[in-house]
Amino acid sequence: MKKDGLLRVEDLCLHFRTNKGLVQAVDGVSFGLGRGLTLVVVGEAGCGKSSLARAILRLLPRNVHTYTGRIFLNGVDIMKLGEERFRREVRWSKLAFVPQAAINSLNPVVKVGNQVAEPLLVHRLAKTKSEAIARAREACELVGLPGDFLSRYAFELSGGMRQRAIIAMALAARPALVVLDEPTSALDVLTQANIMNLLKGIKQKFKTSFILITHDIATSSELADIAAIMYAGQVVELCNASQFYREPLHPYSQKLIASVPSLRQEKRPEFIPGQPPSLLNPPKGCRFTGRCLSRSNRCEKEPPLVEVKEGRRVKCWLYQ
Amino acid sequence: MLAVSVRRGVENKILFSAKDLCTWFELRRWGFFRVGSVKAVDGVSFELRRGETITIVGESGCGKSTLAKTILGLCLPARGELNFDGKRLNGLNTRQMRSHRSKIGYIQQDPYGALPPFMTVRRILEEPLRINKTGKKEEMKRRVREVLAEVKLTPVEDFIDKFPHMLSGGQQQRVVIARSIVMKPRLIVADEPISMLDASVRIEILELIRGLQHAHNLGVIYITHDLSTVRHFSEHIAVMYGAKFAEKAKVKDILDNPLHPYTRALLSAVPKLDPANVTTFKEVPPGEPPSLLKPPSGCRFHPRCYAIIKGLCDVESPLEFEAKKGHSVACWLYRK
Amino acid sequence: MKILIDAIRQLARYPSAIAGLIIIGTLIGMSFYAVITIPYSEAIKLWQGRDGVWNEIPRNAEPKWVNLFPGINLPETFILNSEDIVSKSLQPLGGGIKKIEKRMEFDFGYDCFPQEMSLFFDATYDERPPHVFLTWLTPDGREINLAERRADAPYRISLDRDLAREIGGLAPEVGLFADPFAEEIVPLQGRYGLQITGWLFEEDSSLDVRLVVFGQVHGIAGTDHMRRDLMVALLWGAPIALTFGFLAAVGVTASTFIIAAIGVWFGRWVDAVIRWITQVNIILPVLPILIIVGTFYSRSIWVMLGVIIALSIFSAGIFVYRAMFLQIKGMPYIEAAKAYGASNFRIIFQYMLPKLVPVLIPAFVMTIPAMVFLEASLAVLGLGDPLLPTWGKVLKDAWVNGALLMGHYYWVLLPSALLMMTGLGFAMVGYALDRIFNPRLRES
Ligand SMILES: Nc1ncnc2c1ncn2[C@@H]1O[C@H](COP(=O)(O)OP(=O)(O)OP(=O)(O)O)[C@@H](O)[C@H]1O
Ligand SMILES: Nc1ncnc2c1ncn2[C@@H]1O[C@H](COP(=O)(O)OP(=O)(O)OP(=O)(O)O)[C@@H](O)[C@H]1O
Ligand code: SF4
Ligand SMILES: [Mg+2]
Ligand SMILES: [Mg+2]
Repeated sequence: MKKDGLLRVEDLCLHFRTNKGLVQAVDGVSFGLGRGLTLVVVGEAGCGKSSLARAILRLLPRNVHTYTGRIFLNGVDIMKLGEERFRREVRWSKLAFVPQAAINSLNPVVKVGNQVAEPLLVHRLAKTKSEAIARAREACELVGLPGDFLSRYAFELSGGMRQRAIIAMALAARPALVVLDEPTSALDVLTQANIMNLLKGIKQKFKTSFILITHDIATSSELADIAAIMYAGQVVELCNASQFYREPLHPYSQKLIASVPSLRQEKRPEFIPGQPPSLLNPPKGCRFTGRCLSRSNRCEKEPPLVEVKEGRRVKCWLYQ
Repeated sequence: MLAVSVRRGVENKILFSAKDLCTWFELRRWGFFRVGSVKAVDGVSFELRRGETITIVGESGCGKSTLAKTILGLCLPARGELNFDGKRLNGLNTRQMRSHRSKIGYIQQDPYGALPPFMTVRRILEEPLRINKTGKKEEMKRRVREVLAEVKLTPVEDFIDKFPHMLSGGQQQRVVIARSIVMKPRLIVADEPISMLDASVRIEILELIRGLQHAHNLGVIYITHDLSTVRHFSEHIAVMYGAKFAEKAKVKDILDNPLHPYTRALLSAVPKLDPANVTTFKEVPPGEPPSLLKPPSGCRFHPRCYAIIKGLCDVESPLEFEAKKGHSVACWLYRK
Repeated sequence: MKILIDAIRQLARYPSAIAGLIIIGTLIGMSFYAVITIPYSEAIKLWQGRDGVWNEIPRNAEPKWVNLFPGINLPETFILNSEDIVSKSLQPLGGGIKKIEKRMEFDFGYDCFPQEMSLFFDATYDERPPHVFLTWLTPDGREINLAERRADAPYRISLDRDLAREIGGLAPEVGLFADPFAEEIVPLQGRYGLQITGWLFEEDSSLDVRLVVFGQVHGIAGTDHMRRDLMVALLWGAPIALTFGFLAAVGVTASTFIIAAIGVWFGRWVDAVIRWITQVNIILPVLPILIIVGTFYSRSIWVMLGVIIALSIFSAGIFVYRAMFLQIKGMPYIEAAKAYGASNFRIIFQYMLPKLVPVLIPAFVMTIPAMVFLEASLAVLGLGDPLLPTWGKVLKDAWVNGALLMGHYYWVLLPSALLMMTGLGFAMVGYALDRIFNPRLRES
């Protein structure tokens, strides 16, 4: 199976206009993803992970300044599609989205079942309401939400159950790719493990592809086939997940792995001193220079994203 | 450094103790008829020495925050005894309660929500001092700078006049920590201090709290749902399930030799960095945590337990058995 | 304070807000101008029309600027006095009696007749007033005898029925200026004169006269049915409206706000009582109560202000703010404040209220025009302050006197325009403030 058989993103940029200047939230991101595989995007808060998701799904706020690049889904450049066609043919039917903190945004006055069915009706994926409800019920069963939960309200459900409902909503149309933005960060570890088990099961059973966005590296290892490490709006390392966990190359990735706490190891986790740069006026060269221990003069120029080994790219002068 | 402090901790006298603590919320319909009560903390006992940390771990909704609030005097206990610094806290009047509260630092989960958005860092840190009328203006100013330096928000000038929204999550949490120590407390209650923070700053914040603890010989009650961080940051663990303690012991004892079936489940759910995770499913106990309004009879974990002893676990509430010295577990499997 | 300065700086980015600020600034400027040029007591005196202050001003005159429109050429008021006298003689007749002759002349170049004419005598005497004989001289050389009378009271030429009969049934101010040879009744333009022959019967008696030919236009704002210059009311209406609006808005928003916060914070019976009072108060009809107070107690604007505030404290706004405060009450920073020992009132005033200031400020700004309108409506309903000149009272006079039916549109137009500008100005600033303080409303 080709590695970028399903999705290929090339040079995606998303910049926002603010009254302080341009925020370069996504700056030249490229990656590919095959069917049935999962890409995890890891990075610190504010590095542009959610903006990347929004750029892929074309869910843009009003203050967009630049939105460029190419996104191929099954070989079709979906950036070229008109808004209406994109909405009808791509969003939700092929590309679904679980937004960040969605469990707090469920409508408190609509029954959960109807909310799961709603996108099917909005995107005209079900012809009648009863068909939509039937498919919603199916999706709910898939995520382990008992049938009688369909007629309950969001506030009657625990956090884990609400997250399941949201995932059911995304899966109802059987999309080829689901973008999950921090689906478990607000949940406790047991629920988190539950949801991860669920996603793993769906991945195996339906060969659904996922883009999992998270800042929690240990959790990301539950699902990851490919890892994209994001720093200050750019992807600094793109590789197979196991390579990233075993042998990270970029200095930032190394620091990230060293910061993961572990239950059993005696080694004390480390933290990365300093703060990521502002996306308003990011430094000219490598954006990690300020916190990097291996920096040299070269780093004042922007490093290219070079292919170090087969399918492994690092944006760092050390690997030139 | 760690070993020294632990030894010193052991020599220290008991700073805080709770005995059979219960906090119940009455549920009323139309604000009048009692319909029942949520027993959010139900018979919890522990003690904490100066310089030590006890981690209270448990699932969402098991009563961890309520326990924290009861310790802080924000919730009134229905029953049980609280001792702090050799003084009994039950039956204090409002004024005494206020001065008691100011001797306990409180670090909350959501750093942004914990800071009044319309106050500058300076004002936020001055508030507790002003309210408790400690010293003159000059002293207050000095103290504010002192604590900012202590939480490593330096240079102080860069931060002191900012509003919370101008700071990153980690920096906000540092301000919260600075506020919690500004009154020079002896005990700090940290309710999930890192769960809303980015993974990359979590360790930094825990190190900071740990450092402050060592510097001032503080007792820390650390509440979390994730055990992955406790090994290096705590001496004791109490596992809470359905408003009760399921297991209570030294950190090593629990991590290396968990006894209670729930503790085992909790430990196996802790995310581990392992590429092999992709193919293996985690073992998670089935079902949902118990309702605290109508808790299950007998052992509260019995509907989800794989080792249930029929006829005993579902009928009788298990007692706290001492499996080893300093390692108690509330499970019938360890009955003597 | 800083928050306000910031807000004003951000306001500059909204053109509508700038327009609004300019309007508000103009109104405030107007208020200061009014208060400085016409002191309060003076304004009251003028508005009450005591001491014949308006004698020489026409009734229901249009503003002067109507003459700027093409095709309109309405006469202005002009006053002839000793300066316009072209010839004058004094002839002693013996026995202390003197004969005095004066002739005054003026140019009349309008296409319209004047509105009214009066002759005022300025005579000094002990017992016997002077006697005068008046002749009107037209440009075409006709001489019309006006009247022979004693110079002890003003001669209202326009009301002289005998004269009217004499000049062919036309009203004197028309007949005296009409062109006798024209087919229609149009004024004859040219130089007119008034010949005054007087007899003084006492040694130190003297006689002076002023002829007032009332025009159809007056001032910038025109006049009303009582000859009062509307400018006084329009100018003075501004400070009154602004003060009233501001005080009422402060009273209403601040008190509602604080009470909502107190109810939410203390909860239980305090909240229950506040909610109960509010619910009762909401059904109470405000306007009828104001009418009752105005009719049976006092129509003073300050009494009305008090009643309005009292009735609005427990208004529906409480429920809106309550919902917001309930959210704030559960915020972690409030809990933290409690943990470090903040007292109840400190929490309410220092922690809960400031959080909602962003909501309060736009609401406050938009309440001001609402209160200004309320005051104007009260005035139109006849419950205006008995002393003060206000825009509402001008409107009421206009309405009662059928201003629009009579074509006195300016009488309605100017005060309405001012009221509308006030509403517009505050609304524009209020909306901009709302966007600045509550940007999230706009995003979703
Ligand atoms: N609509 C917008 N206008 C301006 N700036 C924005 C907008 N949306 C996001 N940003 C900025 O872009 C940057 C990236 O934001 P984004 O939400 O993508 O980060 P993230 O990696 O998802 O962070 P988190 O882990 O906190 O969710 C941030 O600095 C954010 O402030
Ligand atoms: N004021 C209250 N009135 C009624 N019930 C309450 C109140 N506060 C908490 N509870 C209930 O008490 C139980 C314990 O709540 P608590 O906040 O202590 O849980 P927690 O362990 O801190 O959970 P989390 O991990 O989600 O923070 C919950 O079931 C909650 O619904
Ligand atoms: S007491 Fe019984 S049900 Fe409870 S944990 Fe132990 S074995 Fe399981
Ligand atoms: Mg995000
Ligand atoms: Mg909690």
